[in-house]
Amino acid sequence: MTQPHATHVTPDTQDADGTPAGQDPQGTTPAHVPPADLRATLTAQLGQAARAWLDQALDEAAAHPGTHGPISVWELRLAEAGRRCGPAHADAARVLVMHAARADTDALTRVYTQGTADERRAVLHALPHLVPGPDALPLVEDALRTNDTRLVAAALGPYAARHLDAHQWRHAVLKCLFTGVPVDSVADLARRARGDDELARMLADYAAERTAADRTVPEDLHRVLALTESGRPAPGPADPHGKES
Amino acid sequence: MRIFDPHIHMTSRTTDDYEAMYTAGVRALVEPSFWLGQPRTSPASFRDYFDALLGWEPFRAAQYGIAHHCTIALNPKEANDPRCLPVLDELPRYLVKDRVVAVGEIGYDSMTPAEDTALATQLQLAADHGLPALVHTPHRDKLAGLRRTLDVVRESALPTERVLVDHLNETTVKEAKDSGAWLGFSVYPDTKMDEARMVALLREYGPDQVLVNSAADWGKSDPLKTRKVGDLMLAEGFTEDDVDRVLWRNPVAFYGLSGRLELDVTSGEATHEGNSILRGGE
Repeated sequence: MTQPHATHVTPDTQDADGTPAGQDPQGTTPAHVPPADLRATLTAQLGQAARAWLDQALDEAAAHPGTHGPISVWELRLAEAGRRCGPAHADAARVLVMHAARADTDALTRVYTQGTADERRAVLHALPHLVPGPDALPLVEDALRTNDTRLVAAALGPYAARHLDAHQWRHAVLKCLFTGVPVDSVADLARRARGDDELARMLADYAAERTAADRTVPEDLHRVLALTESGRPAPGPADPHGKES
Repeated sequence: MRIFDPHIHMTSRTTDDYEAMYTAGVRALVEPSFWLGQPRTSPASFRDYFDALLGWEPFRAAQYGIAHHCTIALNPKEANDPRCLPVLDELPRYLVKDRVVAVGEIGYDSMTPAEDTALATQLQLAADHGLPALVHTPHRDKLAGLRRTLDVVRESALPTERVLVDHLNETTVKEAKDSGAWLGFSVYPDTKMDEARMVALLREYGPDQVLVNSAADWGKSDPLKTRKVGDLMLAEGFTEDDVDRVLWRNPVAFYGLSGRLELDVTSGEATHEGNSILRGGE
């Protein structure tokens, strides 16, 4: 789904990792929009019944976070978000429920492993808002092992941009080219690709393989290859795990 | 001709089948959870299977423009295996998921006490979760099995009007219809129903509450049997509206009882040379 790109940043709209949210040019998923803005936008788009459901779901999640009973009420709300809000709004609704429940890595891992593909995608979108460090990387790695392009795309949001190591990130970019996931889905692509000679080599090899098989080379490959040639990586935040405590 | 196959096991089918089904007019389907041929030995095996029905398989279907839903249950055959029974405790967390449109397949295989318990337990789960139930009728001793099934349904908290009894034939259709249940017919190459007998039953009993499925799985079966029944209905004088009622509106009405049908396919997925079921990077 598409959310308007947030153009302003206030202290309470920072992501959990301290990065001001909404600054990414790929800011078109709930991973890129500060939760407060996400809620305002979603509320404006929902019909009356869905809006009432969302308000109640978020109140319940805030009042009863954590694990309780056979299944926590906020996890029930996650499961039913699609039929309550409609598929187009389910990702945003689910991210907001997880945010309201202040879900930590353990809770997100449970929700992911017990979730449908749609719920798993929403967890991936929620990571930058809820997990400050690299603890949730196994979820990203799990999603990148799938061949579900919706999960692969969601896995490569701001959380992966910040935390995924170079080897896995390069393979993820290559997998996008293999499976037709637009590289526009890859958060922070230009910064991470810049000066990455190994990625450039992998791209060139893939292009050669395609050409040898008399197949076309994806346009996105040329775009990423151009990005690798645009200079050395920027210091500091460009280094995965570099700024987390 | 728009077709909703209300019972087909796509996990066992290929992408060629999806493509052929779409070409034939299939735009929606329900995949009931069932036996895999090879017996399961633990609840973990069920979990992976249920997760596939809620993850990978809907994705695959969407690539071919088909809306995928599923039903979740412990099937009758494996209800007899004590190693599998604990999965009953895990069903509630699956029954709340989007796109789970019924509890099923439940019912009888060999009509054992263990099957009695699993059937009654799962009818109660359906009632508790606001879901209808897809009830398989046994292959052996079918009429007795149907009668016992309907007795258990009547004793349950789930109204018979929220039950689809499946795999019916000439010997069971009348009692099933008299009960008020929805009527499911599986059309197979050699066993169960065939197209001509199906059309004859439609003429005798009418299209009301009748659903026709291919029940295609890993055995000898044909995912295009729904279309073949529709074609024969037209050839034998049924109207396009009759066909639409049996092959689309009836399944939509039955599974719509769940409130969870989502028939718009927005695959919205990346495709690569027209096919995104790729082995990318592998």
